[in-house]
Amino acid sequence: MTSPTTTEPAPGAEAGTEKAPPRPVSVRGRGLPWAAMARLAARRALAAVPVLVAVTLGAFALAAASPFDPVRQYAGSAGLRASQDTLDQLRENLALDGPFTEQWWRWLTSALGGDLGWSVSLRQPVAQVIGERMGWSVLLCAIAFVLAVVLGTLLGVVAARRQGGWLDRCVTGAAYVLQAAPPFWLGLLAVWFFALHLGVLPAGGLTEFGEETVTAGSLARHLALPVGVLAVSQLPWFALYTRQGVADALREDPVRGARARGLRERTVLFGHALRSGLLPVLTLVGTRVPELITGALLVETVFSWPGIASATVRAATDSDFPLLAAVTVLATLAVLVGNLLADLLYVLADPRVDPEEM
Amino acid sequence: MATAVTAGALLAGTAACSAPSEGDTASGAGDTLVVGIAQEPDTLNPLLGYGKDGNSKVFDGLLRHDADMELRPALAAELPEVGNGGRTYTYTLREGVTFSDGTPFDAEDVVFTYETILDEKTNNPSKGELDALADVTAEDDHTVVFELKYPYAAFAERTVLPIVSKEAFEGQDVNAGSHNTEPVGTGPYVLTGWSKGEKLVFEANPDYWGGAPKVRKLTMAIIKDDDIRATRLRSGELDAAILPPVLADTFAKDGREAGKRVIRAKTADFRAVTLPTANPVTGDRAVRRALDIAVDREAIVKSVLNGAGRAAYGPVPTDSPWFAKGTERRHDPERAKEILDEAGWKPGQDGVRRKDGRRAAFTLWYPSGDRLRQEHALAYAADAKKIGIDITVESGTWEVIEPRMEDDAVLSGGGSPADPDFDLYSLLHSSLALDGFNNMAAYDNPAVDRALEEGRRAGDRDDRAEAYATVQRELAENPGYTFLTHVDHVYVMDDAWEDITTQVEPHDHGFGTGPWWNVEDWRPKR
Repeated sequence: MTSPTTTEPAPGAEAGTEKAPPRPVSVRGRGLPWAAMARLAARRALAAVPVLVAVTLGAFALAAASPFDPVRQYAGSAGLRASQDTLDQLRENLALDGPFTEQWWRWLTSALGGDLGWSVSLRQPVAQVIGERMGWSVLLCAIAFVLAVVLGTLLGVVAARRQGGWLDRCVTGAAYVLQAAPPFWLGLLAVWFFALHLGVLPAGGLTEFGEETVTAGSLARHLALPVGVLAVSQLPWFALYTRQGVADALREDPVRGARARGLRERTVLFGHALRSGLLPVLTLVGTRVPELITGALLVETVFSWPGIASATVRAATDSDFPLLAAVTVLATLAVLVGNLLADLLYVLADPRVDPEEM
Repeated sequence: MATAVTAGALLAGTAACSAPSEGDTASGAGDTLVVGIAQEPDTLNPLLGYGKDGNSKVFDGLLRHDADMELRPALAAELPEVGNGGRTYTYTLREGVTFSDGTPFDAEDVVFTYETILDEKTNNPSKGELDALADVTAEDDHTVVFELKYPYAAFAERTVLPIVSKEAFEGQDVNAGSHNTEPVGTGPYVLTGWSKGEKLVFEANPDYWGGAPKVRKLTMAIIKDDDIRATRLRSGELDAAILPPVLADTFAKDGREAGKRVIRAKTADFRAVTLPTANPVTGDRAVRRALDIAVDREAIVKSVLNGAGRAAYGPVPTDSPWFAKGTERRHDPERAKEILDEAGWKPGQDGVRRKDGRRAAFTLWYPSGDRLRQEHALAYAADAKKIGIDITVESGTWEVIEPRMEDDAVLSGGGSPADPDFDLYSLLHSSLALDGFNNMAAYDNPAVDRALEEGRRAGDRDDRAEAYATVQRELAENPGYTFLTHVDHVYVMDDAWEDITTQVEPHDHGFGTGPWWNVEDWRPKR
């Protein structure tokens, strides 16, 4: 929480605009509205608190309403031979009795004190579960996301350049097909083709089963398929949005003006059309984060990737309240941060946007 | 420069020459094993239930089972002495054994293990298996005495459960401590890494009291999906895996030249339909007997199990020494119809029988997602329909099924091969009716109760066999469950080791069962 309690003086003034106007909103000088953006971030952080509280309460309510009984899940197959006494004792020991609001309150108070609790399903402290797995998930998602944005944007621009051309038809056609394909299905297909049919890439895991230490080379090989599948499943949106945005921009006056001035086609395309066509894509970055997380859930499961998403699946089916609450908070944070990031990028990209109004 | 290259080549040459002279001790084929299994253990802590049936790799029990499921001493120096009319079991311990952290193993560790499991603060769902145990004491450093609440002939079978180090648990929370993931045992292997959801890696314990294993590195890869497991076995990433029969057959066809072999393990893993006593249809002895002979078990084995299994007439497999010969039932739907006619269940307009205005109809549940049980249930319902009994097959989670067990039938499963008491008592004794998932049919037969108690009390094996034969004959007379099949567990593995065996396997399988139950004794083929 480093955001400053904002002081009154107009932001962006010190950045060196000569005739600093009182509200530098419509001025696209050297200065960017940094302070306004910081205030936006601070406002969002404040708004996140009630959201997080509500979301965790919701997670506890959902888990309590789910037909899965945490004691049965804990006991596993041994529970099918245990006596009622044993099961009752377990329920008491695991502190699983009482209404979900009570459990939620217990969790919330200890979580605020820094103790995230103990994962019943993985029999580990929740903090340890997250610590061990977070890095692998972030690695997977980050690379896939960057790949999806970059490739999607490139394909979109290429498609928009000659709308209706064979390249455009290929790109849009493929994008629609991929968008309709569920990531786990793509995953199985990729396993079948690359691991089984061609035998060039490992079908899953973090390392070869024989290896113990994670080396960069083997990590890259093992990352290839899950990252590829996740990126491909996210890519169509970016390609389609960019195509639309750029296509629209190409018909606008600034582009025509640029063409009229005899600028090179590449400058026109990337310097003018893409720039204004990217705006809708930026919002997409934020809104795609939930999709990315869902995609990661499926991809991590298919590829036995030891990330946080596969632990989430386990937590959900096992009614593992503490772990479920923690991963829900993480996912919510990811979505909120994603949205904030999109808005900030928007401010950076479009000087007409006023961060104070977001 | 040139000289450096020559020197390098020379060095490489010597290295290459020296390798073969080291012979079998050098790393080569057969000294690592990568196994694909479907289920990851929840914990590696024996105090919470890990490895309770033996073969835990990291730990040893006082006793162990050999390939024929006979008890052999492990951390005990010999089989226990039974005294006081079957209430006292005295174990003399093996000396000079140390845990992997270097601390010596002694009687205190045994006492600590058993006492902690029985402690009500310990979250061990299987603790009921030690129900007979009243007290465990260390008589001296190498003698442990178990006092039982009642004479219990099967108790020694329970002492295969792994022994932990008392010192290692000092100051730790039994339920949440690091021992769930970092076990310290006396066993043939030491855990060197566990990437949850992906794999567990074990290395041979060079100081193992039973001799260092030849397979030096053992990896258990967790792959839930059957198809992916088969794929990775085919691509060579795995050396062995558990597979459903249908997938294993694809290896049987084209696998021979690839050096793979298919292994079918016999099991005590049964599938049975519970026939609740409280339901007026399934509680009727005539209906039970009719269903028992109307179902075509051989057809189920053939069509549902692809031949990988056997017909079951009770929890005791037909080839077990405990099986009561002559209690096999012939498939005879005509006789089934006669039984129903004689009992007053007359065919109605819709082809379903009726008695006193009641339709011969009931609901049969199976746990959702379990395809094997689903197919068993559907086959059973189809056979029942032919004799005029209408079974509605439904699926649900155990949480949905549990409250309905009193009135509705359930396609259940189970099987513990070590002793007939384990399955028979919990399935059939009236005192356990609907206690948790024990005796789900609420079976209540005084003759069976008496024989079950006699089977526990009798010390002599022949007396016990007679008692369990009585149970099985009574069950044939009043079949409160329709036992359908014993399901083989099928494994596919590289043909690179000598003398691969399997034990008779329990219902739960994956980690301690399978051909690798005794991987510490494997020898690579030359």
